[in-house]
Amino acid sequence: MSDHEYTPRSKFGKWFNDRLPLLTLGKHLTDYPTPKNLNYWWTFGGILTFCLITQIITGLVLAMHYIAHADLAFASVEHIMRDVNYGWLLRYVHANGASMFFLAVYIHIFRSLFYGSYKSPREIIWILGIIIYVLMMAAAFMGYVLPWGQMSFWGATVITNLFSAIPFVGESVVTWLWGGYSVDNPTLTRFFALHYLIPFLILGLVVLHIWALHVPGNNNPIGIDLQKPSKDTVPFHPYIVVKDLFALLLFMIVFAFFVFYSPNILGHADNYIEADPLVTPTHIVPEWYLLPFYAILRSVPDKLMGVIAMFAAIGVLAVLPWLDTSKIRSAVFRPLYRQFYWILVLDVLVLGYVGAMPAEGLYLLVARVATAYYFAHFLIILPLLGKKERTLPLPLSLTEPVLGGSVAMSAAKHKSEKNNL
Amino acid sequence: MSEKEKKVNRRDFVVTASYAVGAVGVAGVVWPLVDQMNPDASVKALASTEVDISSVEPGKSITVLWRGKPVFIKRRTQEEIDKARSVDISELKHPEKDEDRAANPEWLVMLGICTHLGCVPLNDKGDYDGWFCPCHGSHYDTSGRIRKGPAPTNMEVPKYEFVNSKTIKIG
Repeated sequence: MSDHEYTPRSKFGKWFNDRLPLLTLGKHLTDYPTPKNLNYWWTFGGILTFCLITQIITGLVLAMHYIAHADLAFASVEHIMRDVNYGWLLRYVHANGASMFFLAVYIHIFRSLFYGSYKSPREIIWILGIIIYVLMMAAAFMGYVLPWGQMSFWGATVITNLFSAIPFVGESVVTWLWGGYSVDNPTLTRFFALHYLIPFLILGLVVLHIWALHVPGNNNPIGIDLQKPSKDTVPFHPYIVVKDLFALLLFMIVFAFFVFYSPNILGHADNYIEADPLVTPTHIVPEWYLLPFYAILRSVPDKLMGVIAMFAAIGVLAVLPWLDTSKIRSAVFRPLYRQFYWILVLDVLVLGYVGAMPAEGLYLLVARVATAYYFAHFLIILPLLGKKERTLPLPLSLTEPVLGGSVAMSAAKHKSEKNNL
Repeated sequence: MSEKEKKVNRRDFVVTASYAVGAVGVAGVVWPLVDQMNPDASVKALASTEVDISSVEPGKSITVLWRGKPVFIKRRTQEEIDKARSVDISELKHPEKDEDRAANPEWLVMLGICTHLGCVPLNDKGDYDGWFCPCHGSHYDTSGRIRKGPAPTNMEVPKYEFVNSKTIKIG
C-alpha cells in the first residue's frame, strides 16, 4: 500500500502528520482496497459499529438518571419513562438497541460462516469477534438486571448460579459474585459498574478487529485471494461507505419500527413487576438472543454438564478455523457444505424456539436432538467434509466470471488445489 | 549464542529474583481488589433472624427472609412426617435421613431455594407432595429432598435453634 508515501497537502497538515500520523491513518482508511463484489451481507460490520455507538451514547445519558440501588432502581427506571424529557425514547432505543445489536451480530456471524471468512489468514479477526460476542452477552445480561424487575432478579439468580456448578469452589465463587448470600444490592451496584465498563472494552476490541481485518483485507463472496489494490478492488471511500450507509438506513427503519411501534415486544411483561426475592416467576426465560444457549443448558440433565455444554457451544466457535478442514472458503463452491450450513441455521432457530418453551416432553426431546446436532456440525461434519467434499472450480479472479476467463485455466487451478488438500 | 553466554550468571539470578518479588507485589495488590467483592461487614451483620412461629397451623408453612434468601418453615402433619420417614434412603439422589433434616419432626426449616439454579420452589406441588420448582422442573418430597429433576442436592437446612416453643432463631 502507498500509505507510507502519503504527504498532506497543507503545511499545517504536514506539520501535524509528522508529529502524529493521524492523517496517514485517515488516508489508509479511505483508500483501503475492498473487493468490488462485496454484497449486502458485508454491510453489517458498519451496522454493528453504529449499534455500539448508539448503545454507548444512549447508555451514557440513561446513566445520568438511573440509580443503581435495590430500593430505588425500579422506581428510577419508571422515572426515566415518565418524567425525564425524552426518557422513554432513550430507554426504548437502548433496550431495543440491544436486540438490534444481536440481530446484526448474528447476521454478521452467519455471513462469516457461509463465506468462510474465519479461515486462514483471518483466524485472529474471527477469534476477536467471538470475544466481542461473549462480552456483548455479558453486557446485555447485566444491563437486563439493572431495571430490577422480576425477570432481572431471577435471571440474575439463575445465571450467577451457573457458577455454583464448579466443583469445590462453586458456592464461594457465587457468594463472591453476589457480594452477599443472594442477589441483592451489592450485586446490582457491581453489575452497573461492569455494564458501564464492557462497552468500552468492546470498543477497544473492535479497533483490534478492524486492524486485524486491514492486514489481509476483506474476504469476499467468491472467497478467493485478491491482488490489492487491483482491478478486483475499489477504494473503501466512497464505494463501500455509500453502500454501508444505504444498508444502515434500511436497518434503521427496522430499528425504528421496534422503538416506535412495539417497544416491549422483545421484552417480558414480568419485568414491569418489581423484584421480589420470595416469588419466582412461573416461567423464566432469557432474552431472545440467548435462547439457543439456554436450550442447550436445559437439554442436559446434569447440572455441571449442562453448564459445560452451554459454554462449549460458544467455545467451539473459537476453534472453528481449525475444525473446518476445507481450504475453499466460500460456500458458493462447496455444494455439500452449503446444505449443512442451512441445516445449522435451522438447528439454531429450533434451539431458540425450544429455549423459550418449557423444558418438558417433546420440547425437551427436540432440544436434545438439536443440541447433539449443533455439536456434531462443528466436531464431526466440518472436519470430515473438508476431506470428502468435491468442491466446484474456483475462478481465478473476480472479473473472470463476468468477462469469461479461460475455463481450462480455472480447472487447472482447481485441480492443483485438490492436490494440496 | 555461544555456550558460554547460556551459563547462569549472577545477573540472571537478579533478574529472576526481581520477577519473583514483582509477582508477590502484584498478587498483594490484586487481592484487595478481588476480596472487596466478597460479602461486606454490613451484609454479614444480618446473619441471624428470629421468627415467631406460634401462628403456624399444622400442614401450613411460612416463608421468611434470611440473608436475602427465603426460608421455609413448615409445620408438618403426622401424615407428612410418616411419608418422609418411610422412604428407603438408598433410593434417594442425595441420601439424607429425615431425622437429620428435622430434629423436631413437626418443624421442617430449610432454605427455600432450588439447588439447581436458585429459584423458589412452590409449596404443596409436585409428584412427591412436597415442593416443585417451576423453573426447570425439580420435585422435592415432604422432607425437602430432591426426588426428580435436574437439582443435584436436597434443599439446604440452615443452622437454627428453638429459642423457646414459639420462636426459632435462624443463623
